[in-house]
Amino acid sequence: MSTLTEAPAPLAPAEPEHKPPRKRGRFTPYWLLLPGMLWLIVFFALPMIYQASTSVQTGSLEDGYKVTWHFATYWDALGEYWPQFLRSVSYAAAATVLCLLLGYPLAYLIAFRAGRWKNLIMILVIAPFFTSFLIRTLAWKTILADSGVVVHTLNSLHVLDVTSWLGWTAGDRVLATPLAVVCGLTYNFLPFMILPLYTSLERIDGRLHEAAGDLYAKPWTTFRKVTFPLSMPGVVSGTLLTFIPAAGDYVNAELLGSTDTRMIGNVIQTQFLRILDYPTAAALSFILMAGILAMVTIYIRRSGTEDLV
Amino acid sequence: MKTTPDNSGDVRLSGISKTYGSFTAVHPLDLTVPEGSFFALLGASGCGKTTTLRMIAGLEEPSTGTVCLGDQDVTYLQPYKRPVNTVFQSYALFPHLDIFENVAFGLRRRGIKSVKKQVEEMLELVQLGEQARKKPHQLSGGQQQRVAVARALINHPKVLLLDEPLGALDLKLRRQMQLELKRIQTEVGITFVHVTHDQEEAMTMADTVAVMNAGRVEQLGAPTELYENPQTTFVANFLGTSNLIEAEVDTSNGDDIVLKAGGGKLVLPAERCSAPATAGGKVLVGIRPEKIALTHADDAGEIPAGRNRLNGKIADASFIGVSTQYVIDTPVCDEFSVYVQNVERDGRLLPGADVVLHWSPAHTFGLDAAQDIDAGTEEEVAA
Amino acid sequence: MPFVNWLKRRLVVIAGLLTLGYLLLPNVVVTVFSFNKPKGRFNYEWQQFSTDAWKDPCGVADMCGSLSISLQIAVWATVGATVLGTMISFALVRYRFRARGAVNSLIFLPMAMPEVVMAASLLTLFLNMGAQLGFWTILIAHIMFCLSFVVTAVKARVMSMDPRLEEAARDLYAGPVQTFLRVTLPIAAPGIAAGALLSFALSFDDFIITNFNAGSTVTFPMFVWGSAQRGTPVQINVIGTAMFLIAVLFVLTSMVVTNRRNKQKA
Repeated sequence: MSTLTEAPAPLAPAEPEHKPPRKRGRFTPYWLLLPGMLWLIVFFALPMIYQASTSVQTGSLEDGYKVTWHFATYWDALGEYWPQFLRSVSYAAAATVLCLLLGYPLAYLIAFRAGRWKNLIMILVIAPFFTSFLIRTLAWKTILADSGVVVHTLNSLHVLDVTSWLGWTAGDRVLATPLAVVCGLTYNFLPFMILPLYTSLERIDGRLHEAAGDLYAKPWTTFRKVTFPLSMPGVVSGTLLTFIPAAGDYVNAELLGSTDTRMIGNVIQTQFLRILDYPTAAALSFILMAGILAMVTIYIRRSGTEDLV
Repeated sequence: MKTTPDNSGDVRLSGISKTYGSFTAVHPLDLTVPEGSFFALLGASGCGKTTTLRMIAGLEEPSTGTVCLGDQDVTYLQPYKRPVNTVFQSYALFPHLDIFENVAFGLRRRGIKSVKKQVEEMLELVQLGEQARKKPHQLSGGQQQRVAVARALINHPKVLLLDEPLGALDLKLRRQMQLELKRIQTEVGITFVHVTHDQEEAMTMADTVAVMNAGRVEQLGAPTELYENPQTTFVANFLGTSNLIEAEVDTSNGDDIVLKAGGGKLVLPAERCSAPATAGGKVLVGIRPEKIALTHADDAGEIPAGRNRLNGKIADASFIGVSTQYVIDTPVCDEFSVYVQNVERDGRLLPGADVVLHWSPAHTFGLDAAQDIDAGTEEEVAA
Repeated sequence: MPFVNWLKRRLVVIAGLLTLGYLLLPNVVVTVFSFNKPKGRFNYEWQQFSTDAWKDPCGVADMCGSLSISLQIAVWATVGATVLGTMISFALVRYRFRARGAVNSLIFLPMAMPEVVMAASLLTLFLNMGAQLGFWTILIAHIMFCLSFVVTAVKARVMSMDPRLEEAARDLYAGPVQTFLRVTLPIAAPGIAAGALLSFALSFDDFIITNFNAGSTVTFPMFVWGSAQRGTPVQINVIGTAMFLIAVLFVLTSMVVTNRRNKQKA
């Protein structure tokens, strides 16, 4: 016990501190926040304001632009490009539903059925992220090529007849049709659906399944009444994380689609980078932003999950 | 094994209080913990006991008052400058460091280079020499608890603070660790201040117990003193079980107070009454269930004179091995608890039987009737 | 009907594996076609096996240059976003302050905003300021959109950290700096690493925002985009395959190392 009998090491300064020390740390959070917040204010919030102001300017590239509160730009833009807006929303919605249908079984598999393969499957879901998504999207050109196996099989099964009749494909082709674009969108944003789904499924106590089974629920009923409701937070954030980027995407429409599948992202990109009609481009971008924010807000309210981040 | 006799291990709290906005966690409170003692702060959750402990540790700054260690005022001293160490609730072992480094942490922070010998000796003291290179999550709850104690003790603090140190352990292990902690305290002779909500734990381990309720110290004293002579209804109910009945003071003649309750008379030694007893006034009479004897009504004549008596009817009886616990319906209280040792069981004492309850006046205590009679009962604590 | 029953029980597994196949199919195609020897300018149809591209990965004009620009931007964007994001996370978790709601929304909004909107509005700002588009504007943009993801990752980790650990450190004679370096930072490290890794991946792979704000600077994704119009060299597939393999190897190695370490300790 020798160590414990030694006198305590001198620790504190001998003089007592009678006064409360100056309240240090009151401003610490603000110093911590300052650089990052400034960054976001200057390079995220401020640009939004600039964009809003640009959208109501008139003028030309040569003479410069002035704010003239020219709201007609919005009406003109909507009047001219509503088909692209509609397309963006419907393609994104279709891709989101497909992601949910495809992603749920895989997330469920990883969460409950994968056993020791869990980590490997997780890696395989995430790893494609590290190959440039453009390269992977281009690979779909090969997969869906007119002379490829996929199109050949679909053709011989007369699936393409049905999809053509529905307007999803054109003739014997899949490439350059809405189906190809939706397929590309689904592929690109599928991991954004799977990961939140997995996170919320993994939190579910496996014993709940047993309890439900014990209380005479068949597997499908267990899923409907227990598993699915409990995974709702994952469903909500997954659909948002899929829908939002899909609605603004123009890469898939450009690489896998045709002029008939142009989405609003393509229009904004062309207006900004090629035609240089900044007011129209800004107005379109503003409408897209407002539309998506409104939809997201309503969606989150209705699904009652406000703690997404 | 005694350190310098300068009382530098005394903890003196003078008028310390803590308020958060409009909520007062601790009301102004004076407390002296003598050097080398094992002191327990006992109370239900939210009573302010942990806040008090944190003010001693320096993790919380008091709103008013001072904290002194010996003669040194440490009220505004940062925790890392105080010769005080804490065993945290759920241990707070550093998950990224192994056991050795956890224990060595405090020494290293004070710039001590050769820590190996000290750490190894410390780990021996808590019987964890083999586990030095494991990470905390690889140890059992009891082992983690001992690491937490070792990590604090190795710094030779003047005071060791323990915040619900046994709360996460199962009952059997908790018993074992209570003895273990008591042994370590005796061995090192450091002042221990122990916060707990478990009255049995406090009474087993501590020399002195302060019972806290709603930010105030209700009563302070040795465990037996608190149990045998509680001064408030909270202490009477929170420490063990008490039967409390309201009675009117009949006469008060110096040594004894005679009370009227349910038509009968009860005697209470004046020194055991913490309330003013004027004739005609009200007093709460308390008696512990195990102090009461039960006699079947047919044998009422055999009860010696001079004992306090009440008539009643057995409402319920449950056999729990060493004793039988009865619930008796009496005119003054319809749920009177009586614990009878199973020495010679009277076969007639069954539910429905008429009985006489009787006990020695010396075991009776008196409380101020202005208090909430249910303060500190389990239902209230749970709510 | 034993087969139907067998199928019923494994329906989820089969559907899940099909989805996994769907996710991995393009990577398989990318890998296979990195050994192709295409006839024309485009590498979309299989012609014949060849290792030419693997032997000469930088054989395409400008491709490796763009790769190096992308790597530089990704590294600096990761450093910037990780530092700024970690600071914000600590402020959010550890302190009470005014304007908390505003800060939270400002963190959340970039993640809830279509990239094209952020890209377009940032370009409007740069045009208005008369900024020279190029390396720096790309870096600024990347730090901006990576920041929120770092905050989310680090915040989750710091939030799950027991505040008593830091109190324990202070109780054991560690001053504020020591407490941060010896306890807080090591424990928050996995979250910070996750945020950094995510930043790197997002920045390296970003196309839309970069495309708007790059001026004449060409990053690797922009090179790929351009080649989709001009002709896709096989070397693109080589790079894609190599990236995939490096990622998988990296993760597998770290998993094996952690496993072994845990076993040794146990």
